Order: sequence, then structure tokens, then C-alpha cells
Amino acid sequence: MGGIFVFAKVENGVPSRSTLELLGGAQKIAAGLEEPVTAGLLGQGDAALLYAYGVETVYRVDHPLLKEYQADLHLLALERIGRTAEPRVILLPGDSLGRDLAGRLAFRLQTGIVTEVIDIDVHPSEKSLRFTRQAYGGKAIAAIVPKAFPVVATLKPRTFDPAARAGDRTGTEIPVEAPLDGAQAGTRLVERVQEETTGVKLEDAQVVISGGRGLGGPEGFDLLVELARVLKGAVGSSRAATDAGWVPSSMQVGQTGKTVSPDLYIAVGISGATQHVAGISGAKTIVAINTDPEASIFKVAHLGIVGDYKAILPPLIARCRELVGG
Amino acid sequence: MRIVVCLKQIIDPELPSSQFKIDPGSKRQQPNGHPLVISPYDENALELALQLRDQTAGHVTVLSVGQSSAVSALRKGVAMGADEAALISDPALEGSDAFGIAAALAQGIQKLGPPDLVLCGCESGDWADRIIGPILAEALGIPCVTYVARAEKHNGHVRAQRVVEEGYEIWEVTPPLLLTILSHESNVPRYPKVKDIMTASRRPISTWSLSDIGLDTGHVGNAVTRVEIQELTLPTRESRCEFLEGEPGGQVASLITKLREKKVI
Repeated sequence: MGGIFVFAKVENGVPSRSTLELLGGAQKIAAGLEEPVTAGLLGQGDAALLYAYGVETVYRVDHPLLKEYQADLHLLALERIGRTAEPRVILLPGDSLGRDLAGRLAFRLQTGIVTEVIDIDVHPSEKSLRFTRQAYGGKAIAAIVPKAFPVVATLKPRTFDPAARAGDRTGTEIPVEAPLDGAQAGTRLVERVQEETTGVKLEDAQVVISGGRGLGGPEGFDLLVELARVLKGAVGSSRAATDAGWVPSSMQVGQTGKTVSPDLYIAVGISGATQHVAGISGAKTIVAINTDPEASIFKVAHLGIVGDYKAILPPLIARCRELVGG
Repeated sequence: MRIVVCLKQIIDPELPSSQFKIDPGSKRQQPNGHPLVISPYDENALELALQLRDQTAGHVTVLSVGQSSAVSALRKGVAMGADEAALISDPALEGSDAFGIAAALAQGIQKLGPPDLVLCGCESGDWADRIIGPILAEALGIPCVTYVARAEKHNGHVRAQRVVEEGYEIWEVTPPLLLTILSHESNVPRYPKVKDIMTASRRPISTWSLSDIGLDTGHVGNAVTRVEIQELTLPTRESRCEFLEGEPGGQVASLITKLREKKVI
């Protein structure tokens, strides 16, 4: 049947940010493939919100057991939709949801999968797909072509531009039956804990100031928080700082943490392990402050200061405060 | 509690970019005699397994799919405290994708006997596909929780803390189950003692071929991959860092000037 299928989420009356990024990716290849963009919705979100972004068909499974996220039940619903829609490509977000579901979905549909995609192209004459992703922590770039369809792809968050509204359009909604039963859920949610700090969200921030092992302890983050407040930015961390328990894991930037793409990224006391660098490749300007001139972070930084952050940050905060104030 | 930890041996991911070379034939990194290590999160998974075993009685097996060199990764696992180790190695596995590797791991796990818990790292330090754990769970037909920072036994169940964007979730699962493990302050891998390294170096490690685990070669290898790596190249971007010299005050002044030129503040 074909089509570019997007697993969509509508929250508080708007498509989620990750959904808009998937739709952005879908729009990029729809014209080249000459195939429609379709979407799947679980639960009761408004399909019209997706039509406005060029989605032609919305497949929906509406079931009370899909109200709260549970991997097995979501997967069963998604598998049903996949078999009904028979798309050429299935796009999922490369976030915690995609990490949970994408591989399992590909297994069930007995098809191929490419994760953490940063670009998709369509060959102009052959109409074949090619995915681009990083490998070896960003030391290499891989071009991957599917051999089985529908191919499942997860898009790296904050990499594709969110889709633009296509104007007032209508589409078709197709209800999909999925006989779900609570007994199919192999895992049970005990508790969900929000760790998000106040202020700007890390993934949305135009300025991100991150700290690593070089801060020497959790109290080092106080200066970062202060600079972030002055620059209206957010504070992140390296895996080393998170693993040490200095800051919660929701603040971690990197391959296993969050991907950020701010205008300004300031890495303080961060060595620049590949794991961390993979999460900041979208940052426009990277500043590194580190006592070790040989630290790998200087390989990716645009501006570098070799020095002790305790000597650098206080005058930097003071100067920024003057600029912002005046 | 019977626990199986899947270990992947990879080329040290912290090797500097200057020494990173691509083999155009295999479209993989050239080994070039670089140090081989256990993929980082797999060590966190092993550490968690050892802690869970030590809380009560249990048995930890480390299992790997790879070339004969992976014996050294398994030996390190034994030196850290694993009770048993097995390597699945077969020329037919060359070029396998995640589905082929997961099929081999699943058969190896069946051969070891039904586990209560299977642990994998949340992603490998080389390709970071993040799918081996979930696919293996499917192949074994058991539930799966991904990106787990810590886990504990709780009234016959396992409680797992899954890290998500906004914070974390606690999921309760009745064994058997599979978890993919993230690093956390609670699972920093232990250093093996010299005595244990010596003992492990003399331990015979079972090596199984595909026929030993009862897997048909038609399920693995390059011929049955569902996606193909068409090209592997080095990224073009290698930005030159401009160092700001002087005393802290001067460095800060230059930084402010540069950032204002770039209009980022």
C-alpha cells in the first residue's frame, strides 16, 4: 500500500514536539517517494490537528488500556495499525518511547530498522530510501539502505525541523480494532516521578551550560545555575556528573541523555567523551572551559578557555549580568 | 535467581578520532590492534547482576556473540565475579544484524537453561542501535524494560527504574524478564582483584558454534540482514578551536566579545 507512517502523539490540543519532528522528516521524503503521509494515534487525540500538517489518513486505536503508557499494550496497538496501514516507512521518535518500542515492532513485523536517523533522502530516479546516522559516537557517518519493508526508523530528537502547517486540510480517519486485555501487559507501572527542574527545558533552551567531572562536586553546579539564570538558559551535565550522583539523570546531555541544539553551549569541566559529544553536534557555538588543554572537548569546541572554572565563571556571570541588565 | 548478562566486545570507544580508521570492505572500524573492551553499559549490567546475586543466592552467566577474541571480555566478566561464561562464535555470524545476533543470543540462553533475568547494556559503544535488548526480549518472549538505572528484587518481582525525558518511572515485572541497563551511581563496575584475574585467565570458556546452540545458519549472517550499510565515512566537520589566552579577566572579556560578534548573547 505504501505511505510514510508517523506514530503521532497529541498532547494538550497540539501535536507533540517529537510528532512535529517526525512529520518534518515525513514531509522531507513524501514528495520524492510520491507517497502520502499517514499517522497512527492511540487514544482520543484530535486527528484534525494532524491533517493540518499534511497527514492524509489517521489510523486510530481507541481503547481505555492505552490511556497510560504501557509498552506491551502500546506495541500490540501499533503492530495492529502497522499491519492495517502497510506503509513503506514507519517513523518513531528516537526518545524513550522509540527505545522501548521500535526494535520490538520491527521484530514483530519481521522487517528492518534504522535508529537515531539524522537525515533521510530519496533517490530521485529509483525512488529508493537512504538513511543517515552517526556511528562510533559520531566519529563516522553511516548511510543505510533498507532491504525489507516497511522499514522502521527512529529519528534522533532535535535533529529534524518540526513540520510547517500545511493549512486547512481534511483527511480520513480509519478506526483499527485491537483486542487488548490487561493480562497482555507484562510490566506494571508503580510510580512516575517528574524530575524536571524549573526554568527553561534543556531540550528547548537556546543557551545550555553543562558541567562535568571537572566541577569536582555537586556544589560546582551552583555557578552554572547562576550563569544559566542570567542567560535565560538551562543547565545540563555529562554522564560522569550524573553517574557520580551530583545531578539527576534528566539533566544528562549526550548519547544516552538528551540531544540539545542551542545557539550557545558552554561545557564546563567536561572532558568531551564521545558519549557526550554525540548529544551536542547540533549546537551552533560551543565554548569549552577546562583546566586540561589536551581535553577532547577542545576538538569540538569553537572557543576554548584553558583555566579553572572557579576563576572564569564569576567574572563571566558578572559581565553577562551587566550586558543583560543594561 | 538465574541471571544472564550479554556482553559485547568492542574497540575502545574512547580511542581518539585521529586514530579512527574505516575499513572500506566491511564498512566497519578497522581494528588495527587497538585495545578491545567490554562495551561500557554492558559492564554496568554485569555489576547490577552481581549485586542482585549477592543479595540472595543466584547464578550469573556472561554470554557473548563474537570472534574468539571475545573470550577476553568474558574472562574479565568472570574475574569481576560471574559464575559462568559462554561464547557463541561461528564464521556464519559474520556481518549479522541485530536480528541475527539476537537469534544467536536467544538460542544460547535456551541452552543455558531458563533464566529469571536477562541484562543487556542499553546501547553499545560502537553502533548504539539500542535494539538488541528489546529484540532479544521478543525472541525469548519475555517482558522488557529499557534504559534502567537501577533494579531490585521486591516480593518475588523485579522493580526497575526506567529513565525517561522528564524523570523516571518505576516498573514492576514478574520474572522472567529482560532489562537494558544505563549507568548509574549504584552500578559503577567493580575492578576485578588481581587474584581473580589470574584465576579467570585459567578458566576454560565454553565456545559454541551455531550447531551447538541449534541455530540454522539461514537466520544469521550478511545474507539475511534487513538493512544494509551502504557507506561509512568520516564526518567532514572538524572545527578548529580558538583558544582565548590571558588572565581569567582577559579571557572572559575576549569570550564576551566573540559571543557578541556571533550574536549568541
